[in-house]
Amino acid sequence: MSASDDIWILGIHMTKFGKHFDQDVVDLGAEAIRGALADSGTTMADMGILAAGNLMGGGGIGQQLQKQVGQTGIPVYNVSNACATGATALRTAIMAVKAGECDMGLAVGVEKLAGAGLLGGGGKARSDEKVYEPSGRFGAVAPTDGRIGTATMPGVFAQVGMEYGHKYGGTSFELFAKISEKNHSHSTLNPLAAYSKAMPLEQIMNDVMIAYPNTRPMCSANCDGAAAAVVTNGATLKTLSLEQQRRAIKVSASVLTSDPWQEACQILPDVNTLTKNAAAQAYEQAGVGPEDLDLVELHDCFATAELVHYDNLGLCEEGGAVDFFNSGAPWRDGSKPVNVSGGLQSKGHPISATGIANIWEVCQHLRDECGDRQIADAKVALAHVIGLGSACGVHILERAAA
Amino acid sequence: MAAPGLYLLANLRCAKLDGTTEANRNYESEQDLSAQVPLVDYLVLDDPPHLVATECTSCGARYFDRRNACASCFSEDFTSTKIANEGVLRSFTIVAHAGPGIEVPFVAGVVDCDGTSVRGNVINVTPDPDHVSLGMPVKLATYSLGKDDNGTEAIGFGYEPATAG
Repeated sequence: MSASDDIWILGIHMTKFGKHFDQDVVDLGAEAIRGALADSGTTMADMGILAAGNLMGGGGIGQQLQKQVGQTGIPVYNVSNACATGATALRTAIMAVKAGECDMGLAVGVEKLAGAGLLGGGGKARSDEKVYEPSGRFGAVAPTDGRIGTATMPGVFAQVGMEYGHKYGGTSFELFAKISEKNHSHSTLNPLAAYSKAMPLEQIMNDVMIAYPNTRPMCSANCDGAAAAVVTNGATLKTLSLEQQRRAIKVSASVLTSDPWQEACQILPDVNTLTKNAAAQAYEQAGVGPEDLDLVELHDCFATAELVHYDNLGLCEEGGAVDFFNSGAPWRDGSKPVNVSGGLQSKGHPISATGIANIWEVCQHLRDECGDRQIADAKVALAHVIGLGSACGVHILERAAA
Repeated sequence: MAAPGLYLLANLRCAKLDGTTEANRNYESEQDLSAQVPLVDYLVLDDPPHLVATECTSCGARYFDRRNACASCFSEDFTSTKIANEGVLRSFTIVAHAGPGIEVPFVAGVVDCDGTSVRGNVINVTPDPDHVSLGMPVKLATYSLGKDDNGTEAIGFGYEPATAG
C-alpha cells in the first residue's frame, strides 16, 4: 500500500480550545498526548522520540510532560519557532522517523494564552526618569514602537494585507471583514473552537478596531489548548492492525522554510516568499497541485493574512486572491474550502498547539470522522502555519488508499 | 556615517550637563538650544534631515541596523547611503490598540523611498481611512519628542502627505 519509508500520522488529538482555568500547561499537554496515543492504539513504550513545543511557559515542556505520561528515557527535543512551533515539533518527530532513528515519534504543542492580550507590542512601559541614551541595534534614545511604525501583531498583519491591496488592488475594509465572517460562520460547526458563534458582517465591522482594517473578531483569539500527534513509517504501519492502517493518514509532504532575504523584509516581515517556497516544495514532494486539494487550513492569524495566503499557497493565480474570495471558493460549500475549522479567528490560536491542531482538523476530514462539518469525500488536504520572524510549515496529507 | 557623530556630540553635552552644579544650571536653556539627538541613529539631523542606510557594496542591499555580513550575499563590505526623503505609501495600518504609553490612534506604514522600503508613521494627517490611502505620496518630516532631564531634545521622524504639484 505504500513505500516503507513513507510517513504516516497514526494518531492525533486536539483538546478543546478556550479558557482552561482548571488545567495548567502540563495538564493540557498531557491530555493531548494521551489522546493521541489512544487514537493511535500505541503507548509511550512505542515512542522513540518526543518533540515538544511551548512558548509562554518556563521551558523544558517535553520533560515535564513525560513525568505525566511516561518517562521512558527517549530523546526529547524542546522546539521553539514562534507560531510555527507545533509544525516544527511535528516535523522534528517526522525527521527522526524518516532518518530511521526510531519507528514511531510523538509531537506535542501546548499553550496557555487566554487573556494574554495584545502580542508583539512588547517592551517596557516608559519610565519616569528620562535621559536620552542611544541603545540597541538602531541606537534608539526612546522606545520606537508606535513612533516608527508598529510591532503589534494586528498592525503588522494589517500591513501585510494592505500591501497586497496596494500591489494588486481590490481590497477594502469590507472585503477583509467578509473573510472573517466566513471563518466565524464555519466555526459554528466546530465544538472544539474557542468561539463558535456566527457573526454578521456589520457586527464584525462595527466591533472594536484594533489595527485598521482588523477589528477584534478579525484577530486570532488568544486561548488555551494543546494538540499532539503520533507518527510512524510505512514499514511499521504494515505490522499494525487493519483498523490502524485504515485510519492512518499519509504525510505526503512535510516542509519547513524560513524567510529568504527580500528588499523590504527588515521593514515589514515578509510572510509571502517563505510560504510560496514551502508550498512549491510541498506540492513537489507530494506530487499534487493546489487543484487536487479538497480542503485547506491556513494561518489566518488575522483576516488580512488569510487573503495573501490564498495567493501564496497557489489556491488562485498570482494577484487573484480577491477574486478567489469573492467567487465564494473558500467557503465550506465552495470549490476550495479554507479554514472550515473556523480558523484562528474563531477556533483560537494557542500558539504552539496551532501547527498540530490544523493537521488534526484535516485528518478528521480525511478519515471521514468530522461529523457535521465533514467535507464530503475529502482525500487530499493542506495545513499551513507561519511564525513571524519567520518560519513556515506546510504539510500535505492524504487518506489511506482504500 | 554622520549619525554616530551626532550622538557623540549629544552625549558629550549630556555628560557636561550631568556634571553641572545647581549654580550654573541657569545656563542650561542657552546651551540646550542645539542639543538634539535623533530618535534612531539612521536619522541624520542635517538640513534637511534625512535617513541613511548601510548599503552592501557588493549587492546593494540596504539595512538600517548593523549587519555582520550581508543577509543577501554574505559580503562584509558596507558603505553609508542617503535615503530619498520623498516616497509612496505602500502599506499602512491605523493602530488603535498599542502597548503601554503609546498614543493611539496613529498610522504606521511602509514607505517606498525611491526603491528603498522604510518603516515609519504617517504624521501630520488625520489618522483615519478617509485621509490616508495606499499609494499616496509622502515626504519625510521630523518632530520633537521633548527634552530629557538633561535638556537634550530628541527628534523623531515620520512621513507626511506631500502636497501635490
